[in-house]
Amino acid sequence: MEPFYHALKVDPKTCVGCTHCMSLCPTQAIRVRDGQASINKNACVDCGMCLKSCPRRAIYVAQDDFSRIFQYRYRVVILPTVLFGQFAEDVTEDQIFAELHDMGFTHVIEAAQTYGILAKATQKYMKENPLSRPFISGFCPAIVRLVQVRFPSLLDHILPLKQGMDLAAIYARRKFTAEGVAPEDIGIFYVTPCAAKIAAVKSPVGEDASDIDGVINLDFLYNKIQMGLTLHKDAPLPPVPEQTYLSPDAIAWSLSEGEASRFEGRCLAIDGIHNVSDILEKIENDELLDIDYLELRACDHSCSGGTLTVNNRFLTIERLRKRMQLRTEARPSANDIPRHEDYLIANGRLREKIPPRSIDQLDDNFVAAMEKMEKIKRIMQVLPAIDCGACGAPSCQTLARDVVQGKAKLNQCVFMQKLLCKDALMTAGESLRLSERTWGISRFEQPE
Amino acid sequence: MEFSYHIEGGDFSKAGLASSEVKKILKQLNVSASVIKRVVVALYEAEVNVVAHAYEGDVRVDIAPERVVVVVEDRGPGIPDIPLAMQEGYSTASAAVREMGFGAGMGLPNMRKNSDELNIESEVGKGTKVTMLTRFNP
Ligand SMILES: Nc1ncnc2c1ncn2[C@@H]1O[C@H](COP(=O)(O)OP(=O)(O)O)[C@@H](O)[C@H]1O
Ligand SMILES: [Mg+2]
Repeated sequence: MEPFYHALKVDPKTCVGCTHCMSLCPTQAIRVRDGQASINKNACVDCGMCLKSCPRRAIYVAQDDFSRIFQYRYRVVILPTVLFGQFAEDVTEDQIFAELHDMGFTHVIEAAQTYGILAKATQKYMKENPLSRPFISGFCPAIVRLVQVRFPSLLDHILPLKQGMDLAAIYARRKFTAEGVAPEDIGIFYVTPCAAKIAAVKSPVGEDASDIDGVINLDFLYNKIQMGLTLHKDAPLPPVPEQTYLSPDAIAWSLSEGEASRFEGRCLAIDGIHNVSDILEKIENDELLDIDYLELRACDHSCSGGTLTVNNRFLTIERLRKRMQLRTEARPSANDIPRHEDYLIANGRLREKIPPRSIDQLDDNFVAAMEKMEKIKRIMQVLPAIDCGACGAPSCQTLARDVVQGKAKLNQCVFMQKLLCKDALMTAGESLRLSERTWGISRFEQPE
Repeated sequence: MEFSYHIEGGDFSKAGLASSEVKKILKQLNVSASVIKRVVVALYEAEVNVVAHAYEGDVRVDIAPERVVVVVEDRGPGIPDIPLAMQEGYSTASAAVREMGFGAGMGLPNMRKNSDELNIESEVGKGTKVTMLTRFNP
């Protein structure tokens, strides 16, 4: 397992170092060098803001090779609820299940089937640990990582519970091994609406390994299903054994207010990673004292706004609301997961404490850190304070910080270059070479 | 190392700006989270008091390797009876200020709880100077 696996990658052929991602990154993890955005692994929280902000679609989400599923005899796919929200209303849940079987999965489970157990486990933990109030939901992996990186003092408030996809995976493995299937014959795959859930599978927090074997990107699977739907347009629908009824509460869980509306006390539902940072700041300062539960999600409108979703998020929500109105009788089988409730609650706690990953400190040594801070203060007096990004850092403050950490040069700042040129302390050629280092040589070549 | 911030009386929307900045600084200096919280809570209360009770004020923060000293000095009505003001629940806050969720009379007691040394000097009709010292290794 990699310590901080990140699925967000920059395509060097498409990225021109335009700085859009750099300005929006909530942890200042991005710098532009040689005309390319580069993401600092230690600071990235996998929220996907960079991908969403990229005007050239130069940031993508790496994924496992789909054919990996065929290494297993039992090929289980776990679905996020928002998958169904990607499709038009005339595409039924049964059709989607049938397509998943057709492409090779032997068993289909919806993560939301674990909803009741998750809600119970949450209530149980809150009752047993009243001192950890306000409780911060561990639902969104990008938020857990944001707290690790920027608000480590709040780590003890995070509910140390496994989430729906993990519980579904534990259930599937238990069920099939009980039926006598060899563990190595069971492959469990999660369809992810975002990069953060990939990180949660590849580098889980509070666990040494995930219960999930592989991840399939939602946009990729969407295309595969669409293709199948077209192909099988006129064929009769094969029976889909495991389609179960989901309550409106279960369907709503991954949408905004899905958690907050289920618990007692003062519960806030906050989406959008910058909004979440603002609220965590207030919690950390003790400015908000009587909060019981914080449902925090990195994406606008929660998972319906996930980085790998295809449909407009408002339409996704509309489609899921339609599904909430489906009648119980229409479902062929009952949800089997609640029968394993005791086992799942007993095994649904994170095994380890969530460790801090703070990136704020300038130095481990206090005196050295003070010296660096003095330097930053002095540097800030000469920088223009316009946060233009032309130096390759997201703000004047971050450039100053990078300079004292030996990661950047003050004269990367174009304003400083102008000052130096004015006083004949720098030649135009020297200034150009500095800019080439940030923006790449080819950017300054004359077009033929 | 010194930092300073200005506080405008009556502007509740900006109370907390200085404490947020100080928090950022202390995090960069690797000060422990529990000490940061004490400093931030105490300074926040002092900021709110300037906003709620005075006309304007200035915050000066002096950081040394073993401690931080925060001085909040305002132009305002001053505090006539400091021991009385220090009592839990004592408040002269107007109904309008209470309406906004301030004025529980816990500000000064919280400042005392969250600093190692608290000193208040005040002159009625002129202003108030609050000095708080917090050690990093208590
Ligand atoms: N900076 C100040 N200037 C004038 N009066 C003050 C100041 N700070 C505190 N006081 C007085 O002390 C009282 C108690 O302060 P505090 O404990 O912070 O409670 P609160 O602000 O909620 O009223 C205030 O109501 C006010 O009368
Ligand atoms: Mg007060």
